[in-house]
Order: sequence, then structure tokens, then C-alpha cells
Amino acid sequence: MLRLARVNIQKLDALHSRCFAAVASKKAHEKDIAQGPARQNESFMANIFRGSLVPTQVFPYPDVLTSEQKELTASLIDPFERFFAEVNNAARNDENSKIDDNTLTALWELGAFGIQVPSDFGGLGLNNTQYGRLCEIVGANDLGLGITIGAHQSIGFKGILLFGTPEQKEKYLPKVASEKVYAAFALTEPSSGSDAASIKCRAVKSADGKHYVLNGSKIWISNGGMAEIMTVFAQTEQTDKKTGEKKDKVTAFIVERSFGGVTSGPPEKKMGIKASNTAEVYFEDVKIPIENILGEEGEGFKVAMNILNNGRFGMGATLAGTMKECIKKATEHANNRVQFGQKIKNYGAIQEKLAQMNILQYATESMAFAISQNMDSGSQDYHLEAAISKVYASECAWYVCDEAIQILGGMGFMKETGLERVLRDLRIFRIFEGTNDILRLFVALTGIQYAGSHLKEVQRALKKPTANLGFIFKEASKRAASTVGLGGTDLSPYVIDELQPYAKKTAACIDLFGQTVEELLLKYNKNIVHQQFTLSKLANAAIDIYAMIVTQSRASRATRLNLPTANHELSLTKALTLQASDRALMNLRNATSSYHQELNKEMSLIAQSVCENSGVHTSGVIDLN
Amino acid sequence: MARVLVGVKRVIDYAVKVRVKPDKKGVVTQGVKHSMNPFDEIAVEEAVKLKEKKLASEIIAVSVGPAQSQEVIRTALAMGADRGVHVEVSGDEYELLQPVHVSKILAKLALDEKADLVILGKQAIDDDANQTAQMTAAVLDWPQGTFCNKVEKTDAGLTISREIDGGLETIKTKIPAVLSADLRLNTPRYATLPNIMKAKKKPLKKVTAKDLGVDTTPRIEIISVEDPPVRQAGALVADVDALVAKLKEGGHI
Ligand SMILES: Cc1cc2nc3c(=O)[nH]c(=O)nc-3n(C[C@H](O)[C@H](O)[C@H](O)COP(=O)(O)OP(=O)(O)OC[C@H]3O[C@@H](n4cnc5c(N)ncnc54)[C@H](O)[C@@H]3O)c2cc1C
Ligand SMILES: Cc1cc2nc3c(=O)[nH]c(=O)nc-3n(C[C@H](O)[C@H](O)[C@H](O)COP(=O)(O)OP(=O)(O)OC[C@H]3O[C@@H](n4cnc5c(N)ncnc54)[C@H](O)[C@@H]3O)c2cc1C
Repeated sequence: MLRLARVNIQKLDALHSRCFAAVASKKAHEKDIAQGPARQNESFMANIFRGSLVPTQVFPYPDVLTSEQKELTASLIDPFERFFAEVNNAARNDENSKIDDNTLTALWELGAFGIQVPSDFGGLGLNNTQYGRLCEIVGANDLGLGITIGAHQSIGFKGILLFGTPEQKEKYLPKVASEKVYAAFALTEPSSGSDAASIKCRAVKSADGKHYVLNGSKIWISNGGMAEIMTVFAQTEQTDKKTGEKKDKVTAFIVERSFGGVTSGPPEKKMGIKASNTAEVYFEDVKIPIENILGEEGEGFKVAMNILNNGRFGMGATLAGTMKECIKKATEHANNRVQFGQKIKNYGAIQEKLAQMNILQYATESMAFAISQNMDSGSQDYHLEAAISKVYASECAWYVCDEAIQILGGMGFMKETGLERVLRDLRIFRIFEGTNDILRLFVALTGIQYAGSHLKEVQRALKKPTANLGFIFKEASKRAASTVGLGGTDLSPYVIDELQPYAKKTAACIDLFGQTVEELLLKYNKNIVHQQFTLSKLANAAIDIYAMIVTQSRASRATRLNLPTANHELSLTKALTLQASDRALMNLRNATSSYHQELNKEMSLIAQSVCENSGVHTSGVIDLN
Repeated sequence: MARVLVGVKRVIDYAVKVRVKPDKKGVVTQGVKHSMNPFDEIAVEEAVKLKEKKLASEIIAVSVGPAQSQEVIRTALAMGADRGVHVEVSGDEYELLQPVHVSKILAKLALDEKADLVILGKQAIDDDANQTAQMTAAVLDWPQGTFCNKVEKTDAGLTISREIDGGLETIKTKIPAVLSADLRLNTPRYATLPNIMKAKKKPLKKVTAKDLGVDTTPRIEIISVEDPPVRQAGALVADVDALVAKLKEGGHI
């Protein structure tokens, strides 16, 4: 324990925030840390980084909707499905690279553009969980259309919902909820993608202080060609209140196309989600009234990150729906196709695929609705889980769609089957709203930083050992238990009997997880931020652990409620745990093994050499040397 | 301007595979998706169309059944009906409720509500009785236009095109009248989400059959409900001769 105290946490904090500007909100973290033990971080995942178990957000599986809300949600499902069956045509949208006007009108009338806007402002006033349920239907039917409505409400005007003043809400929400006015979220620029804090768009305050003048350009903005209202991020000069120093800081603005000086480029030609408009947006001396600042001046980065964090769970729900549809097509085929004298469903190779696809779908859906319900019950501590669910959902959906195509054989490759479009559409989900690589780093580093901040408390306590004896003693025994390998984690109170052996496997992963984080901190100190080979292994273990936890929780609930699907859900959970616990332990061992040190070194060398030579750097087998 | 009464029955959803209960006294309804009888959706759509053409002043959606029947009334309200009446009949009494009871209830409501037109689905997809519209007309002693394919308002009343075996029949009728909707009468709209929200605020009155003076005492007893016989497996024959031989053997030709 004493050796832990030596870790120089302050430096770690600073590095983490600089490196990680793209995803983490520095201010929010500083606040978390400043508040210290006063506010318990309820995140299950954050806490396992420091080796402690905080079960409130995952056990029992959340169930936040009232029966009235459930009934209402149920009544919305049918019309949503009918819109897709009777009005929308995903293949046509893909073919035309746009959604026709009749379909868009029907979509507006359906209420699909203002699902979470309060009814006072003309929206449906649904919560995250209800929104997620509708997202599943969208994901099952048309991802391109999904991005059109998602870019509008999940990010486009979400900032107004989260941070808008009463006047901003009054003015803009009715328009974007039901008056056919499109919204967009404009952050990315040619020179800043993942590193969003480095944007170059600038807004300069007028002499009279009544407005800002915005110049610059954005790229790849969803709905950029049709949005009338945009949440735009730009650098603004801010004076530090303490030092008087002038510094550029990002501010968020609500920009109307009608302000003048806002133009957009032609629709980009893309691999997938073609139904969704993606365009460049240019700002030339755009006069933005001061009332249109969104959130605090200079706090725009926090606004952007909160919007993205808040919307991420929706991707999980959407893609859970996509997977369901892929599975349906694959199963129908497997049930009917005869080869070698048998239905192919009878072959082990096909069974393995179908089972795997269903396991991944179950876990993705379990994550998405655990998070949405945590958010609906007021949690602020869902960012790690939301990032995990985005990474997991987008990768599982890709795998599931790919395997569905495989089960369909040649038919899967044909356009008319509809799966090739889904595969193309899915590819972007691993790239936008935070690339999966960046989100993995975010998960690992945010967790490590949280563990580090806790260690700071240990440090502080050590300065006055007598006053904090109880605290120190508790920490010491906890750490001792986990390092000696006694297995400090006990999940047994939370899962049903039948899952006990599986919960034990997961508990072992959590134990090793805490130990590994500790070991890495000791070994690398602040330099951990540069160990991406290792951080991604840690992130992968975290993802597997979260998948095990949410499925064990959900299957326990299904069993307790005696749902007709309970046995099947138990099977899915057991299979997932057997796979994920094994993989998580491997990743954790690899994170600290010397074997992997060597491997990482070789991989670094290879990459370096390839980059130096701008490509493959080998001598051809039969070319003259 | 006419006041229209439409009947909306809550039935097991058309897409659900219906299962017989182990005791063979009915089918499994617990935990099974229900929705509005598809022919009733067509009836509601027709009423809403009349209202949109200003030929109807008010649409009242009626459902006879257990508490959950209010769900389909809400759907009708979201589609455009103005108010709902739920006639609560539940338990055994509902299991054994027949067109004769429902038609008496609907007739009484038509008179109480001063309706000029009653539009019902031609049949419900659960019991397939195809009797309620006809019986309601009889109880009221109003003219009936069943299996409507097209309904047009004319000076004297309505001109109705009816689906009959192998073709269409066009008739004229005065109002008040009772109509039943066939499949091709229209394509029902789906309720939009904002309208579903608004429908929560539309009035929905609950009454009992007793309030209406209708006796719903069962008149029948269900002896047994059976699954349809399982289709026999087919067989492949080598050629046409073999097929002809098989057909002869089976006495089919
Ligand atoms: C169809 C589409 C729609 C979009 N819609 C919007 C929108 O509506 N609004 C908006 O603002 N933006 C939008 N974007 C932009 C999108 O969010 C960015 O593409 C995304 O953030 C990635 O940025 P980038 O493409 O510049 O890649 P880069 O940031 O240049 O990344 C390139 C690669 O480097 C990796 N990488 C970067 N930094 C690090 C690091 N520190 N460590 C390790 N690896 C790293 C990344 O993971 C990635 O693999 C959209 C993009 C597309 C394609
Ligand atoms: C673009 C394209 C070009 C083509 N070009 C040609 C061509 O030039 N000439 C030509 O002759 N054909 C061609 N083909 C056909 C191609 O070779 C077949 O699609 C391929 O052999 C797979 O057959 P299938 O599509 O009928 O799938 P199936 O054989 O029905 O297989 C469906 C799924 O079942 C699995 N499966 C089948 N049997 C078993 C088993 N016993 N155990 C476990 N799993 C099983 C398969 O692996 C697959 O996942 C082409 C196909 C495409 C799509």
C-alpha cells in the first residue's frame, strides 16, 4: 500500500486530460476529483479500476419505466414498424442516396424527429429508454435514415435540450421537434477529427459585445446540407479570471442558416448510410447574436463531450435492432436451405455462427438498456459504460451482419437480400462519434485516472495517519486480499443460483483487473498514457467484464420474473461468460506479461519501418534483388 | 353531417401463432400480443375519411371486452376518432360473448348516442363470426350494407359497392344504416406518435352491459377447442406417370 502512494498521480491527471481532450471532459473530471469522496461515483466500471464493487447501476438489472410508460411505449411500436413496412424503402433510399420528400414528411408526422423533446415544445417527451426502444426499430430497418434522425436529435439539437436557456428552448425546440426544421452538430474540421479540441473555426466578439462573428469550415457534417439550425463549435478568446491571461477556448453556438454567411457543399459520396446527407459547412462572417451561445462561454468543449456522451447509448440500442434483423434473415435461410441432403441448420458450423450472433446481440441490448435506464434514473456516471457499449455494439453488429451474409452463402452477397447494404451502413459506426480506438483509450485512461484519484486520497490520508487510521486499515486489507489472490470480489448476492459458477469466473476477472491496473500504475507511473498496446488490452478486458455483468444481471431478472425466455437467456449468458471470462483473463495477463512486451516491441518496429517506407517493406520473392 | 359509431374489437394479433390451451377450452391469450381487429381498422379509417370530407361530424369508437380493450379504443382515437366508449365485459362472460350480445349493445349505443351510421368490420379474425353488423342492423331495424368495397355519399343516402362472390354489387341505401367493411375498402393509416399522445387526452367513457340493459348471460358452452389437423407430409414422385398412378390409387382421378 505504501508503494502505491508513491505513484505520482498529479502528473497523471494532467497528461490524461491533455492527451484525452478529445473524449474526456477535463472540467468534469476536475470536479469529480475536487469533490473527492463527497460524491460516490456510481459507475460499476469506473470502480472496478480501483478494485471496488459498486453494484447499484447493474444489480438488479434496472427497471425504471412505470407500467404506464411501458404501455405507452408498447403503443408506439406498432406505428413505428408500420412506417418502415408501408412508407419507407431502405433499398431505394440507398440507391438514390437520399430519402424522398414524401417519406421525410411521413417521418415528421410520425413524430420521429422530436422523440425526446418535451411535449410542451411539440415533441413526444419520451425518456432515454423509450427512445432506445424506438431506435431498435430504426436500426432493424434503415440505418441511413437512422442517422438522419439521429444526427438531428441525438446530437444536432441535444445541446439545446441539455444546456439551452429557457429562451433558447422556447425559440428552437418547437421548430426542430415538429416544424420540419432540420438540425446538425458541427464539430469536425479537416484538421481536427478525434482531436476535437484543436478546431480552427474562430468566433470574434464584436466591439459592442452584442454578437460574435464566426469564420471557418466544418467537414462531414450529417444533415449539413439541409440543416437550418446547427450546434457549432469554435475557438473564442477568453480571459482567465485569475491570471488575466488571454487564451483561446472553445465555445458552442446555436447558428441559424438564416443568419447569412452559412453555406454548405454537395452531398458527400459514401460507402454506406447513403440515405443520410453528409456535407461540408462553411461560415463566412456569420453574425451570431450573443444570446445564441450554448452553455457557458469557453465551455464549448464540455458541451460537445456531454452531447456525445449523452447520445452514445442510442447507438447500442439501434445496433441491437440491426443485429436482430440480420439474425432473422440468417435463421430463415438456415431453416430452409438444404445442402448435402440436410437443412444447413443441422450443421455444427452453422449452429456455432447462429449461437454466437445471438450471444452478441443479447449482450449489446443488455448494455444499451442498462445504460439508458441508469440515465433515466438520473445517473451522471454512465460515460465509461456508454463508451463501452458504443465500441461493443458497433463491432458486434459488424460481426453479426458479416456472419449472416456467410450463412446465406452466395445469396448473402446479392443486393436483393439487403444485407450488403447493412454491412456498408455499419462500417461508419466504428468511426464516428468517437472512433473505437479512441474510445478504448478513453475507457482505459478514464478508469485509471479514477483509480489514481483514489490513490491520491490514500496519499492524503497517509499524511495524517492517526486521524485516518480506519480508512488506511480498510484500504490495506482490501489491497492485501486482492494482491494475495484471495479474491476480494463477491458477486454471489446478485445473481441467481444457476449463474453462481459463472459469476465466480467474472469475479476472478474483476480481481485480476484491479490488480493489473495497480501493477501498470506502479510500472509506468504517468507514462501509462503512452502505452497504447497495453491500454487497449485493458479496455478489451473492461468491455468483456461489462458484457458479462449486464447479461448475468438481465438473465437473473428473466429467471426471477419467470419469463418464458428465461432458459434461453441463461444459455446465452453462460456461453458469453465462458468466452468473455477466458478472453478477459488472457488480455489482463498479456497486459503485464514480458512475452507481450516483446511482441509489442516487434510490432512497433514493424509499424515504424512500414511508415518510413510508405508501405510494405519486403523484398519480392521472385523479383531480382 | 352524420355521427358515426365504429366498433373496434381487441383480438390476438394477426402475426401471432395461436396456441390452444391445455384444457382445450380456448386459446392462450396471456402474454400474447393483441391488436385491433384489422377489419375494424378499415372501419375506423372509413369513418375518419368521412370526417375529413366533412361528411361526418363526430366519430365514436366502441369496444366491448375486458379492461385491455381500452388499448384499441386509444388506437382508434389516435387514428382520428373523437371519443371512446368501453363496454366492460370480462372473464367467462367475455369468453362466451357472441355476436347476438354485441349487436344488442351496439344497437343500444347507436340509439343513445344518436348515431346516423354504424361501421363495423365484416368479421373479427379471432372467431370469424361475420354476424355482428347484420344482427345490429336487424336489432335497429336499419338498412345494412355489408362487405363494403366503396362507400359514397349521395343526396338520398349512400351508394355502396359490395364485394360478392366473383364481383361487385352496387346498392343504394338511406341513412341511418349499418355498414361492414371489407378488405379493399381502404388502406388504414397508422396512428402517428403525436396523435397517440393526443389521444390520451380524448374522452373515454366506461359503461357495463347492464347499464345498457343488455343481458350478456352466456348462451353457449364451449366443449372443446382443437388445433387444426397437422398437414400430412408430402412425397416426391419420379415422373408424371408415377404421379397419375398415385392419384388413381388415392381415388382422386
Ligand atoms: C459519414 C460521416 C458522418 C459524420 N457526421 C459528423 C457530424 O454530424 N458532426 C461532426 O462533427 N462530425 C461528423 N463526422 C466526423 C467524425 O466524427 C470523424 O470522422 C471522427 O471523429 C474521426 O475523425 P477523423 O475522421 O478526422 O479521423 P482521425 O481523428 O484523423 O483518426 C484517424 C485514425 O487515427 C486514430 N487516432 C487518432 N488519434 C489517436 C490517438 N491519440 N491515439 C491513437 N489513435 C488515434 C483514430 O482512431 C483513427 O483510426 C462524420 C464522419 C462521417 C464519415
Ligand atoms: C459473385 C459470385 C460469383 C460466383 N461465380 C461463380 C462461378 O463463376 N461459377 C460457379 O459455378 N459458381 C459461382 N458462384 C457460386 C458460388 O460458388 C456459391 O455461392 C458458393 O459455392 C456457395 O454456395 P451457396 O451460395 O449455394 O451457399 P450454400 O452452399 O447454400 O451455403 C450456405 C451456408 O451453409 C454452409 N454449409 C453448406 N453446407 C454445409 C455443411 N455440410 N456443413 C456446414 N456448413 C455448410 C456454407 O458454408 C454457407 O455458410 C458465384 C457466387 C457469387 C456470389
